[in-house]
Amino acid sequence: MARRTPVAHTITATVAAWIVGFVIFFPILWMVITSFKTELEAFNTPPSFLFFHWTTENYATVQERSNYLHHALNSIIIAGGSTLVAMVIAIPAAWSMAFVPSRRTRDILLWILSTKMMPAVGVLVPIYLIFRDLALLDTRIGLLGILCLSNLPIVVWMLFTYFKEIPKDILEASRMDGATIGRELVYVLTPMAVPGIASTILLNVILAWNEAFWTLNLSTSEAAPLTVFIASYSSPEGLFWAKLSAASTLAIAPILVLGWFTQRQLVRGLTFGAVK
Amino acid sequence: MGSISLQDVRKTFGSHVVIPGANLQIEDGSFVVFVGPSGCGKTTLLRMIAGLEDVSSGRILIDGANVVDVPPAKRGLSMVFQSYALYPHMSVRGNIAFGLKMAGLPRPEIDRKVDAAAAILNLTSYLDRKPRELSGGQRQRVAIGRAIVREPKAFLFDEPLSNLDAALRVQMRQEVTRLQRQLKTTAIYVTHDQVEAMTMADRIVVLNAGSIEQYGTPLELYERPANLFVAGFIGSPRMNMIERETEQHQGAATIGIRPEHMTVSRDGAGWSGIVRAAEHLGSDTFLYVDTPDIGSITVRCVGELGLGEGDSVRLRPDPARVHRFDKSGTAMR
Amino acid sequence: MATQQGRTLGRLMLSPTIILLFIWMIVPLAMTIYFSTLNYNLLNPGMENFAGLDNYYYFLTDPSFLAAFRNTLVLVGSVLAITVVFGILIALLLDQPILGRNVVRLMVIGPFFIMPTVSALVWKNLLMHPVSGLFAWIATSIGLQPIDWFAEAPMLAIILIVSWQWLPFATLILLTALQSLDAEQREAAEMDGARSLSTFLYITLPHLARPITVVILIETIFLLSVFADIFVTTGGGPGLQTTNIAFLIYSQALMHYDVGTASAGGLVAVVIANILAFFLVRIVGRNLEA
Repeated sequence: MARRTPVAHTITATVAAWIVGFVIFFPILWMVITSFKTELEAFNTPPSFLFFHWTTENYATVQERSNYLHHALNSIIIAGGSTLVAMVIAIPAAWSMAFVPSRRTRDILLWILSTKMMPAVGVLVPIYLIFRDLALLDTRIGLLGILCLSNLPIVVWMLFTYFKEIPKDILEASRMDGATIGRELVYVLTPMAVPGIASTILLNVILAWNEAFWTLNLSTSEAAPLTVFIASYSSPEGLFWAKLSAASTLAIAPILVLGWFTQRQLVRGLTFGAVK
Repeated sequence: MGSISLQDVRKTFGSHVVIPGANLQIEDGSFVVFVGPSGCGKTTLLRMIAGLEDVSSGRILIDGANVVDVPPAKRGLSMVFQSYALYPHMSVRGNIAFGLKMAGLPRPEIDRKVDAAAAILNLTSYLDRKPRELSGGQRQRVAIGRAIVREPKAFLFDEPLSNLDAALRVQMRQEVTRLQRQLKTTAIYVTHDQVEAMTMADRIVVLNAGSIEQYGTPLELYERPANLFVAGFIGSPRMNMIERETEQHQGAATIGIRPEHMTVSRDGAGWSGIVRAAEHLGSDTFLYVDTPDIGSITVRCVGELGLGEGDSVRLRPDPARVHRFDKSGTAMR
Repeated sequence: MATQQGRTLGRLMLSPTIILLFIWMIVPLAMTIYFSTLNYNLLNPGMENFAGLDNYYYFLTDPSFLAAFRNTLVLVGSVLAITVVFGILIALLLDQPILGRNVVRLMVIGPFFIMPTVSALVWKNLLMHPVSGLFAWIATSIGLQPIDWFAEAPMLAIILIVSWQWLPFATLILLTALQSLDAEQREAAEMDGARSLSTFLYITLPHLARPITVVILIETIFLLSVFADIFVTTGGGPGLQTTNIAFLIYSQALMHYDVGTASAGGLVAVVIANILAFFLVRIVGRNLEA
């Protein structure tokens, strides 16, 4: 803008925005602060904000007493694994729809979208029974598969929108330059698609890490990721707030960081490109 | 060797006929321009020669061999795209070298050729930059470099200058022509700008709604247009078309006379009219004259005549330069 | 690429996705339909018998269904209202020239990336606990009685938690849409004499109409399935006060082991979701052409 906005305007807006941001973010902040308190301190009224005895004992306890690492590993395997498998299936699909579209491509895309709309709870019963009968309950493989299928529509869509943005004439130029389809894919398409692929991976990892329906219903301990682990704090014994906070901080920290880098991709992915 | 021949080439999209049937013979080493209004099929024709569009029926011969089923990668042609289509993730060197890399040439030879092409195009100091760091003109030269380095049988240009500003366009026009003459490679150049066509081409193909209206040298098209369409397309300002009967008609349905082929005077013989508007460029004057007998006439005069809006004038066409067209629009010779 | 070879290759590359998603949709759905016609309880396996549409009848006339349906409407409606209204307001605020805008953005976006179990438990314990929670302390500091959220106003508590989680989504979408509003349109309005409120009503809001619709549709589809928050805080209670359709079906399947009824319920949920999906698909479909 070529005009200077009045300073008063900027200051009011800034103050208001920071207040709003702080209020919204506060619960997270409060949780992190609580994780550094002792249990007694955490439960104390009036609550202390900054001036208390900061301790990292909860972080130590979380691993000792409740095997946090085991569940974190599960989260990593399930989130990472389901993303990887989804990408392997989805990249060719998105490629074909973006570059070799047919008359039915549009309908197929919309159908894929509609499969995401199916409420998980609608198929809870059969999936549970299938898992039980195939001994997939509380297995990482089982959860990996379900999450992969569950997020596949979003992955395909996101990749499709990114592939569509690659200018067609650059690919044609590579063909004129003598590249076969394979070499076109390797030397031209993939390098140009890397940012889109990376964004899709990031977003899918986040969605899979935070998934809290199938993980809660299809796993108990062996394969339980962090979502389930934290849920176990809903019926605890004794004082547990500080431990809950520590466990939670550890559980959300990586995703919070990842999420901050994927804001734009989030918009694209979750609105199926309807808003860009 | 780069002679290209189109035989009954036809293109349909479903039931829509884009190109009814094109026949064309392009000699090796010539610079041929496809020109015509938007949507006339010139780019489609170019892309069919390139192999980027399928041919519905007909043959395309390159040096005598039919390439209709040959993929673009194997036709031995180079294309310069309107948007340049540079590979954004590769440097200028990488962009120019890509085709040679695909052909499997050894590294030292690739480097040698790339350096040679860069030297011709004044790109040597930019070889390590990425496309996003270059100006429009530089990008365009990289696109040309990518095309020439492979020593193809023919160059295909798809409106390469339309994204440049006017001054740069004039400069690049001359560079492209010079380059083609130097390399002696066949070139097919698509443009909607008839000035580009007239100044660059050895021969011009005028297209209209998928049909070739005329194929000839620029001067042939200017002096002996085959029909109304070509007559009206070539030449700026547009040729005056007069349908109302005059003594010049002599049996024709329409006559045409170019604005620069009429003399203007304040009185005397000729068609009488009033100047509706006048444009004074100093070097030329354009007069837009309304005549009661034959309609609106555009006249171009050299220099300044001191005539302006509202003046009454007499127009006299040069009888040797009158074009006659019959009812179907074909020129009567 | 529009050659026959390219086309066959394309179809080959697309088939795994289509086959997998098709199986994922059809098989469980078919089983759900099948089970919904059975009198099937996991505690008495092998005792199933055909019950026709009885399960549907029982499910839909059961007072717990009506309660769950009402709760679902309340939950979805309230969260939509809160997130859209505040989403617009915050988006407008963030669109202003702000110092440190990126940091503020990150603070506002944060809640969306917290897993629901963490959000719910943090709110339930650290904030909403009637004795030691922060809200209780704020209340007593200003002389009010602290609310025992999960006893007195459990639905409100859930609504608050879920709204907090989804507000960033709405804000982000609307902010993105706001920033795509051509500056020139606003300048033209200004030249035409419009002041802030008019510009907002006549230019900004219409421009936001489509993104708002998208937000509403997508949020609705996800909000219908709110589960984890209820699971870790109230377990659907007290009584049925925080049971939504999703939780109801869950409780019937995995707490009462009544597969038949749960399946019928599941199908009802699918039908509702499909109606919404129809509208969303239309909007996205229109966008595909653009």
